Amino acid sequence: MLSDKDRIFTNLYGIHDWKLAGARSRGDWDGTKEILAKGRDWVIEEVKNSGLRGRGGAGFPTGLKWSFMPKTIDPKRPHYLVVNADEGEPGTCKDREIMRFDPHKLIEGCLIAGFAMGAHAAYIYIRGEFIREAQNLQAAIDEAYDAGLIGKDACGSGWAMDVFVHRGGGAYVCGEETALIESLEGKKGQPRLKPPFPAGVGLYGCPTTVNNVESISVAPTICRRGAAWFAGIGRAKNSGTKVFCISGHVNKPCNVEEAMSIPLKELIEKHAGGVRGGWDNLMGIIPGGCSVPVLPKDICDTVLMDFDALREVRSGLGTAAVIVMDKSTDIVRAITRLARFYKHESCGQCTPCREGTGWMWRIMERIAVGNATIDEIDLVEQVSRQVEGHTICALGDAAAWPIQGLIRHFRPEMERRILQRSGKAA
Amino acid sequence: MSSTPHQAVVQPASFAFTPETAEKAKTVLARYPAGRQRSAVMPLLDLAQRQEGWVTQAAMDHIADMLGMAPIRVYEVATFYTMFNLAPVGKHHVQVCTNICCLLRGSDDVARAAHEELGIHFGETTDDGQFTLAEVECLGACVNAPMMQINDDYYEDLDAASTKRILAELKAGRQPKPGPQIDRINSAPVGGPTTLRDLPPN
Repeated sequence: MLSDKDRIFTNLYGIHDWKLAGARSRGDWDGTKEILAKGRDWVIEEVKNSGLRGRGGAGFPTGLKWSFMPKTIDPKRPHYLVVNADEGEPGTCKDREIMRFDPHKLIEGCLIAGFAMGAHAAYIYIRGEFIREAQNLQAAIDEAYDAGLIGKDACGSGWAMDVFVHRGGGAYVCGEETALIESLEGKKGQPRLKPPFPAGVGLYGCPTTVNNVESISVAPTICRRGAAWFAGIGRAKNSGTKVFCISGHVNKPCNVEEAMSIPLKELIEKHAGGVRGGWDNLMGIIPGGCSVPVLPKDICDTVLMDFDALREVRSGLGTAAVIVMDKSTDIVRAITRLARFYKHESCGQCTPCREGTGWMWRIMERIAVGNATIDEIDLVEQVSRQVEGHTICALGDAAAWPIQGLIRHFRPEMERRILQRSGKAA
Repeated sequence: MSSTPHQAVVQPASFAFTPETAEKAKTVLARYPAGRQRSAVMPLLDLAQRQEGWVTQAAMDHIADMLGMAPIRVYEVATFYTMFNLAPVGKHHVQVCTNICCLLRGSDDVARAAHEELGIHFGETTDDGQFTLAEVECLGACVNAPMMQINDDYYEDLDAASTKRILAELKAGRQPKPGPQIDRINSAPVGGPTTLRDLPPN
């Protein structure tokens, strides 16, 4: 188990003062000027060597992403850092805690990451519903300006850094980085085709890097404590600490920062008070936010919580939002609810997703109550395959995978309902 | 995407920001580079909604004019994002999350309790204009499920009884305390954190 001295988010529960004085007492903004004095390349190398992979779901190496930004800055095309704080993946509620209780970690991270990629401006795109969180974040930004930590001469480093909060309007798809950029430009949040990638053509057509709140917020601590410290936690290529969100049928749902690669069962039993009714009462777990496939109990018994281990069992770490379902769960209804969510959130740009999410939802609604034929299970699977991989962004895949996971692991339950309703059940 | 209102909405003939809101709008516009003021469309729609209670067509036209945008581009934005209310809503906008984590922990009970306490279904407003009840997608407080948002505040760890109590307090003109409605600290486990216990307080 990770020890407290290795935890980064020491005010995760908001027990302590979230403002500048409190943040400083927890080590934030300590020696920031010295970190910047080591230079842009040093920061990028340090983050690369730490093994940090993006905490927003895709798990792309963060340092590598930063290194894609052009080395020289064209004065006509300024660089931008955009922080993805549009937290909306069902099950995920970690960035919210960082922004309302540890906002200075994010702001210091914006300075260090912005400096590393040659950006003088950072936009934090926070989901619109997080009104109180945006207020805390803005208050912390104001404090940082007043203390000279950001602004024209951030921390006395000579680097100018502005940090702005931009509130979204309630669209899940804006969590996709190019949709977020479109939205930030004042348009509908519809994803762009890639390439060009944001590092070449991003916000206002300028080089841009979009990172998750947690990825940016851990960067200052990595720079202070060293890449080797972070890389020493968790398995190789899956290193570091991670904020896990444990929800659903556990005795004590909670957020907790733990080591990557912690066994799923240990995570739930140590921090969330175990599965309701005991581990044997477990039906299945969605291990990484609603877009990744559900895992049945036998896989949950032993699987480790990291990118590679979960990919090996055909699921994913995603945002590390662990959604636990015990045997009382109507799992077909639960996945059908997700199908409705994706239908609601499809931006409408790509036909397979716009139409397919509606078809999948309607078939699932009927299967959930048994009002279907057995071959419609194959039909919904087929529709999901026609959506998956045929859309500009990953929302289509995300809509397909929960249904595919359900069919893979819980097909007998779907068939049982259909047979029962048609009177053919034993 | 937001849906269009079912009833015809009476649109006011004009819109203007109050001096206070206009001041806030100025701060918003200063966040974006010269020539990129279109970025301010969402924050300005939000300001207009906070001032009027909903986004009127006159407000959209006014914002289009301010930002040098074609009005249709503002309508596109206002209709794309769910948070912009294109028809009046009640003084208390009660938004119940029914997505998976809330569903697993009893959002059916919360929805039923809200319906019983307010006498309206999802998508409806009480006759006195005090409450609008809406079903919404994940609001990002999943370890504190089930939850609802009322105006700017989150009410978490709900059950039928606490849902009714909160709504009854609002009816009586009181402001119920937001956050978890059971004995717990924010998103820490019930009974106290399993981590971060040895850190010095500050």
